[in-house]
Amino acid sequence: MTAVAVTVTALLAVAGGLTLIRIIRGPSILDRAVATDVLLAIIVAAIATEAAYSRDATALPVLVVLAVLGFVGSVSVARFAARRNAG
Amino acid sequence: MSLDAVLDVIAAACLVVGALLSLAAGVALVRFPDLLTRMHAAAKPQVLGLLLVLLGCALRLRTGVDITTLVLVGVFQLATAPVAAHMVGRAGYPHEYIRTDLLLTDELAAHLDRLAGDQKDSAHA
Amino acid sequence: MSADQMTPAPPADPPKPRLTRAARRRNRIIAMTGLTAIWVLLWGTHFWANVISGLVVVAILLAVFPLPPVTFAGRIHPLPMLRFWLRFLQDLVIASIQIAWLALRPAGGQARSAIIAVPLRVNTDLNLTLTAEALTLVPGSLILEADRSTGTLFVHVINLRNREELEEFRRGVYALEARIVSALGSPDELRRIRENPPAPSDLEGASR
Repeated sequence: MTAVAVTVTALLAVAGGLTLIRIIRGPSILDRAVATDVLLAIIVAAIATEAAYSRDATALPVLVVLAVLGFVGSVSVARFAARRNAG
Repeated sequence: MSLDAVLDVIAAACLVVGALLSLAAGVALVRFPDLLTRMHAAAKPQVLGLLLVLLGCALRLRTGVDITTLVLVGVFQLATAPVAAHMVGRAGYPHEYIRTDLLLTDELAAHLDRLAGDQKDSAHA
Repeated sequence: MSADQMTPAPPADPPKPRLTRAARRRNRIIAMTGLTAIWVLLWGTHFWANVISGLVVVAILLAVFPLPPVTFAGRIHPLPMLRFWLRFLQDLVIASIQIAWLALRPAGGQARSAIIAVPLRVNTDLNLTLTAEALTLVPGSLILEADRSTGTLFVHVINLRNREELEEFRRGVYALEARIVSALGSPDELRRIRENPPAPSDLEGASR
């Protein structure tokens, strides 16, 4: 299981780095919102992997909060961007 | 091989495949040419990858309370990801960051032109 | 660009019949059951105490923030529902592999995309929502905009080579709608799906 955990951590770390590149490069705020959404999903995956590896469910409620937060975050950014475009 | 060991192997496979899909989503975010194509990456491989990781986690934990929490996270993800994508898409549509030169056809533009025309007509009337 | 163009869907409510008292009560029961189930799942333990506290919280929630009325005229058909879910999961896997391949293939030649309008045959809020949600997760498509007054979805399609593939995709959207309606639709809606097979491509105005 340790080898699996290391592999998964490495894969998720690279994926997170790539989304960070997109967050930095943009170009628009919506690109950044989409990338942040993916980054949050990767964080959820990482926490779930940690829980699976250590068989410790302490962090699971955090996953629920993060899952909802990601949705609320991208929807608010999208509404903000739409209003700024219109105004 | 005991049942526990089998479940562990399946869980490990789910975790690795899920992580690979997350990586694919990351690569797609960097390589795809415009906002809309990047949103495809955020919607599909990311959702399936996360679901697989949650499944792997559930197979490792194997207790009722934890599985309900994981199911809840998965259901939220399935229900909210398309809605978030829709909100971002409609905010981004008439926007200079979308590569219209890559589009074969754009029937939404025609629809918006028609709507704008209707509004102009009613304003004159 | 004017402000009207920025917000594509004007708040034009389609002329829908007002819900009857029975339908409203059924909607409320469905909402209460669903939200209470989420509450119980959140806690996970102490089953009966959670059901009761959940019902109280949900009742307050629904009184303060009423949900929009949804016309749900049909009923759940178990077998088509199962078929829809199996096909949906299969589609989600194919879609993920497709996007992963597009991202990872060496020669990152840019795929063409398209934005197409698909007027659905059953124009109810429920069908519009479910079809739009499912579309985003199946191969190639992403919902961009929905027009409630005409029941039209505007879909972004990725990785197209030519117009034939575009029309094939349009038929795929109608097949998805048919699967959803056969899982949840009323007899009237089912009849409408059966009597209106997807229009041939040249009548859709795709080449305009």
